[in-house]
Amino acid sequence: MPRWLAHIIVVAVFASLIALAFSRVDYVWNWAGVWEYRQKFLQGFGVTVALSLASLVASTLIGIVAAVLLGSKNVMLEAVGRVYVELIRGTPLLVQLLLGFYVVASAVGLENRYVVGVLVLALFSGAYMAEIFRGGLAAIPQTQRDSARAIGLTPWQSLRLVILPQAVRLVLPAVAGQFVSLIKDSSLLSVIAVSEFTLAAQEVNSFTYSTLESYLPLAAGYLLLTLPLSALSRVLERRYRYEA
Amino acid sequence: MLLDVRNLVQRFGTTTVLDGLALQTGDVRALVLVGPSGGGKSTLLRILAGLDVPVAGSVAFDGEPLPRDEPALREYRRTVGTVFQAYNLFPHLTAMENLLLPLMHVHGLTDRDARARVREPLERFSLADHAHKRPAELSGGQKQRIAILRALVVQPKRLFLDEPTSALDPEMTAEVLEMIGELKDLGTQFVLVTHEMGFARRVADEVAFVGDGRVLANGSPGEVIDGSDVPRVRSFFARILS
Repeated sequence: MPRWLAHIIVVAVFASLIALAFSRVDYVWNWAGVWEYRQKFLQGFGVTVALSLASLVASTLIGIVAAVLLGSKNVMLEAVGRVYVELIRGTPLLVQLLLGFYVVASAVGLENRYVVGVLVLALFSGAYMAEIFRGGLAAIPQTQRDSARAIGLTPWQSLRLVILPQAVRLVLPAVAGQFVSLIKDSSLLSVIAVSEFTLAAQEVNSFTYSTLESYLPLAAGYLLLTLPLSALSRVLERRYRYEA
Repeated sequence: MLLDVRNLVQRFGTTTVLDGLALQTGDVRALVLVGPSGGGKSTLLRILAGLDVPVAGSVAFDGEPLPRDEPALREYRRTVGTVFQAYNLFPHLTAMENLLLPLMHVHGLTDRDARARVREPLERFSLADHAHKRPAELSGGQKQRIAILRALVVQPKRLFLDEPTSALDPEMTAEVLEMIGELKDLGTQFVLVTHEMGFARRVADEVAFVGDGRVLANGSPGEVIDGSDVPRVRSFFARILS
């Protein structure tokens, strides 16, 4: 059986089960009420895409810097990297957003909630990126660095021609996976009143009292963004697979 | 090459690996280092190849002392070639790209000149048909032979080979040793660390027995392998050659 057919069958079975569940609870659909607010959904979706893209770029940069810190021979720099990564990964994004917006951003006079949202999200995701990058660099065997030195490459050439091309291939699937998480995590920005996709759904729900009609499009919208990324991650994984 | 090593000391943490090692050779083409694992052979070779700096002591080839600072050592490494036990090749590049990389990025050849440079050696060692393959598609023996070629095509003064066959099965070992034998006939100078005593006897101009961080015996293969009067050396060969 081809893989795509298996996927279709599984999706069909799953959808039937959900449909069955809905039929058992006699849910009365009110799509018309929600349809009125389609513009709000589209705007929210657009904001989520924009926020995700900005955080994605920023978190990659932060991740690279933090990975360098984690790998530093200077114990002070290494400590900065380690404390950052562990604090961020060990605490809920919700708390970071509230602290970041109501305390840190207010203290420094940063009022734009979109900018604060992107920064906090990028710092959050950057901690995970840092570990991914560090792991990728650590996975390149010492003999590769030795070989690069043996043929006379400079440290910079060794990084550019030997280490990074291998490390990037190793980490791409994990990075794509992290981007999927980041897109979904952006939904939490609604708590600091950033008008993104999730806040749009919450608002529509409060106007129409049609909870499922408000949140099902939300799920579909996130899938629209995350499924292609997951697919891309698998393609990359296949393309760059080779044994060392 | 005339090798002159004096009072070489190397430590890793609190472990002393080379403990005042000294070695003076005659004007040899092929020097083979033998001895027990952990005795310091590879550590010595890494220093000779300019990859590590000793804690103390001096090394000179043909009267020229090895530098101790990294930029000068890098310049030195560009004039020699080194092949390790395994994983020499860069897995994201084809065999051909592996050969071209040092020629183009270290020695400044154009793509065309670099390709011209590697064509004849690839033919000579029957590797031309494998040039387009990635390391993962090559056998262990082919990988090592490409690695030796990569060290060779930059026309180094000498090669350093660190147990180049110890990760290979007997058939591939024979294939790689045959190549090294041919190199010697072509006039290439090398220092080889190996456990292949038969090959050492055949190819070496001089053999040095490295154990406990020192050279315990050195001289012609016959003198060291068959006729040493040093008990430690004698018992080593008695055990492995029996």
